[in-house]
This record gives sequence, structure tokens and C-alpha cells, in this order.
Amino acid sequence: MTLFGYRLPMMSSLIVWCLIWEIVGRLELVLLFPPFSGVLAALVDLVQTQKFWDATWTTISTFCIGMVLAIVCGVALGVLMGRVKAAENLLGMWVNVFASAPLSALVPVLMILFGMGAKTIVVSVFLFAIWIIALDTQAGVKHITPSLIDMARSFGAGRRDIYAKIILWAALPEILAGIRLGFIRGVKGVVIGQLLVSIIGYGELFEIYSRSFLMEDFWALTIVLFAFALLVAELVGMLEKRIEYYAGVRQ
Amino acid sequence: MVAVTRKFPREPHGEDMASLESIISVRGINKVYPGQVHALKDVDLDFPAGALTTLLGPSGCGKTTLLKIIAGLLAPTTGDVLVKGKKVTAPGPERAFVFQDFALMPWATVLRNVGFGLELRGLAEAKRNEIARRSIEQVGLSGFEDKYPHELSGGMRQRVGLARALAVDADVLLLDEPFSAVDEQNRRKFQEDLLRLREIERKTFIFVTHSIEEAVYLSDRIVLLSRRPGQVSQIIAPQIDRSGTPDEIRRDRAYLDTVEEIWQGLRQFVD
Repeated sequence: MTLFGYRLPMMSSLIVWCLIWEIVGRLELVLLFPPFSGVLAALVDLVQTQKFWDATWTTISTFCIGMVLAIVCGVALGVLMGRVKAAENLLGMWVNVFASAPLSALVPVLMILFGMGAKTIVVSVFLFAIWIIALDTQAGVKHITPSLIDMARSFGAGRRDIYAKIILWAALPEILAGIRLGFIRGVKGVVIGQLLVSIIGYGELFEIYSRSFLMEDFWALTIVLFAFALLVAELVGMLEKRIEYYAGVRQ
Repeated sequence: MVAVTRKFPREPHGEDMASLESIISVRGINKVYPGQVHALKDVDLDFPAGALTTLLGPSGCGKTTLLKIIAGLLAPTTGDVLVKGKKVTAPGPERAFVFQDFALMPWATVLRNVGFGLELRGLAEAKRNEIARRSIEQVGLSGFEDKYPHELSGGMRQRVGLARALAVDADVLLLDEPFSAVDEQNRRKFQEDLLRLREIERKTFIFVTHSIEEAVYLSDRIVLLSRRPGQVSQIIAPQIDRSGTPDEIRRDRAYLDTVEEIWQGLRQFVD
């Protein structure tokens, strides 16, 4: 962006918004908006507490376990639906329903099933992420050039070779696109799960701050969470760019 | 209606075709696709060892279906495929397929693509790379071993497909319209290379094409298939002196006569 002929550095618009926030905060119009400088100070304090790092560890570990499970099961489910007509007929509708349903509504049920702990968070990450991974994998598997499979068969490939050496590789661009979307949904899952369970991780902190009107801390934590979500999306985006190169040159 | 005619009594390469042992035979092949589409009807054929036999016919006559049945990629509705006298129902190491759309793995280098058949057979990497390099050289692609398929032209991609089939050292090469996705200049070059390759390799080739000129230029025997349901309508053994240059062959009297002969035979199948 340029202003009066000067090239502004990236994210400089953010400074404008921070200034507006600071002014609104100092006017003390709404209790919900403390001045931005106060939020920053709270952020500095926050990252020095053991409680914050415990919560961060809980968040990251549950997120990672949930995502690994979602990727393994989602890819397997997608390949099954892409290759077996009966599986597609039987499961396709449900996968589509779950992929578009507001899954937050299910989290209270999960709490009953899995208790008020990390298990529920893992399951909600898993449930948020798996469906889109399965759908994209299915699309990728269904669009494999049939002659590639014929080729492998004609040179003597068994069933395992066909899956491991042809199908997974040929569908890789779609699988990775699904995983990227799955990551973004998984971040929502970990946050919503924690907020609803609200006795572990960031959910517990949010609960304490909002109940005690500690708005500086509340916003500081929100900033951390947004940064986490943005970071995950950026990392997966970088990975996908390298794969897109290959996807673009497919025959 | 199986009219086997021999229009040109002279024998190719000075050998009697009929006395050559047939390496592949098909017996009573019928193929009915779901929806009562009768693709092939009562096809009986013998493919002599060491010869290049072409399956020629109008589009939709089932020539690719027949080739895939011979390859073991499709199951016939009735009938048998015999390789060296033994009945087969699945692909085997004595047959190698060259695909119309090349069927190369876009994520693998030329070297790995060519060595893929050997990789599936469990050969050690060093050994299969050595064999792959040799067949890459045979098709004139040396120096491109580490390229990816998208970095090659259509003609070069099909050379990779051919090298892959050569690498497994099968007795029979099955080629499904291998030049149809290749531009005209490359196609001619490719045909010449194929003729040269036959001289060195002494393999059996079964070749599917819809180009009459291509069939006459390359083949020892041409099997004409009728329109669906595909049946053998004629077998022609062109007697063409291939010792001359490609241009001489294309101006050869026998070449031109055979092209005309086949066109007259196929004309009835064109609307």
C-alpha cells in the first residue's frame, strides 16, 4: 500500500486500528474495551505465568493428537469412499452432513461421553477436521486417471502396491488441500471445545477472565489465540504452495 | 463371417507366416459390456511370434477392448487367451503394455517411471536403475533420466512409456494407439524407430491403431475388425520391402496398393 507516494510497510494499517482501540479504551465508553496499552501489558504478564504455558501445552497437544487421528482416519475413509461404490452410497451422505453441520452443538454431548477433560477436546478437534479431509480425499481418488491403475496392474502390481504406489500419490494434491482445510477447522474445534468444557487449557483462562471482568487479560489471550490460528493457516499454506507446483503439472 | 484372405502371397522376411509358432492365441472371445453392448463377437486369432500384428478398424470396433483382454486387464465374457499355449486370466511378465495416454506417474522421474515394472517385481534399486538406463538409451532419451514427465514433449513421454515396456523384457509388447496423442512429425520419427527396434529386439508386437497408413507401414499382418460387435473381417499380410528409406517405403507400389486395398475393405463400415 502507498500513501502520498510513500510505500508503507506491511501491516501498517494495524497501527491505525490499535490507535483507534487505544483512544476508545481511554474514553472509557464501554467496560469491554480497556485501552490497548493495558492489553499489551497484560499480555506481557500473561506469558510469564505457569498457568498460561500449561494451557498452551494442553491446547497444542490436544490439537496435534486430534489432527493426527483426523488425518489418518479421514484419508482412509476418503480412499474407501473413492474406491468402493457401496461405501460411498452408505457413508457419503453422512460425511456430507457432518462436513456442513454446526458441530459445536455436539460438543456438550461429547462432554457426557468423554468427560470434562482433554479427551473431549481431542474428539472435538477430530470431529471438526475429519469430514473435509475425507471428502477431499474421495474427490482426489475418484479423479485418478484409470490408465495409471491399469498400468500398475499390467506390470504386476498387487492391491497393496496399487494403493501405496499409485492411488495415494495420484490423489496427494487433493488430500493435502483437504488437510489444510482440516487444520483450519481443527483450530476452531480446539477453541470451541475448550470454551465449552471450560475447565482446562485456554477455556479455563477465558472462563476466569470473563467471569471476573479481567478484560485486559481476556483480550491478551484472544490475541494469542488469533495469532495461533493465523500461524497454523500460514504454515499449511506454505506447505501447500510447494505441492501446488506438482498438482498444476499433472496431466 | 470370418473371411481370412491372403492378398499377397509373398512371405515377409522370407519366412512362412503360417509356419511360425503363435505366441498368443485368442479363442472364441466375446465381450458384452453392461447394458448389452456387444463389443466383440467370436474372435479367434493367432499372433505369430516375432511378428508385428496390427488390429485395425473403425472407432468403437473393440480393438482396444481386445488388446486389454489379451493384456489381462479386462476379462472376456466368454473365451480364452492363451500365451505360449497356456490359458491366462491376469497380466503376466511375458506381456508389457504401452498406453495411449502414456500413463506415466507425474510425481516420479523418467528413471523411476521406466524402472517401475522392475520395482514392482522387487528388483534392488541399483539393478533396476541400471536396466532402466539401458532402455532409456534404447529409445533415445539419454540425458533425460532425472526429468519429470511434465518437462517432456508428448513424443518424449511416449518414449518413456515404451522404455518402461522394454525394461521388463517381455516377449510380447502390446501397444494401444501409442502415437495418437503425439504430433505428426514425432509420430513418423517414432514409427521409424519402432521398425528399427523390431529388427534388433525380435519381440512380438501387437499394435492397435486407426490409421491405415501407419498399419501398412509397420505391420507384418493386419487384422481388420468390423464395426460393433467387432469381428475379424479380414487378415492381410502386406508384402512391403522395408529395406529402403522411409520415403521410399511410402512411395512403394505394394505399400500404396495395400493402403487402397484396406480402405476398400473398411469403406463399408463408414457411414
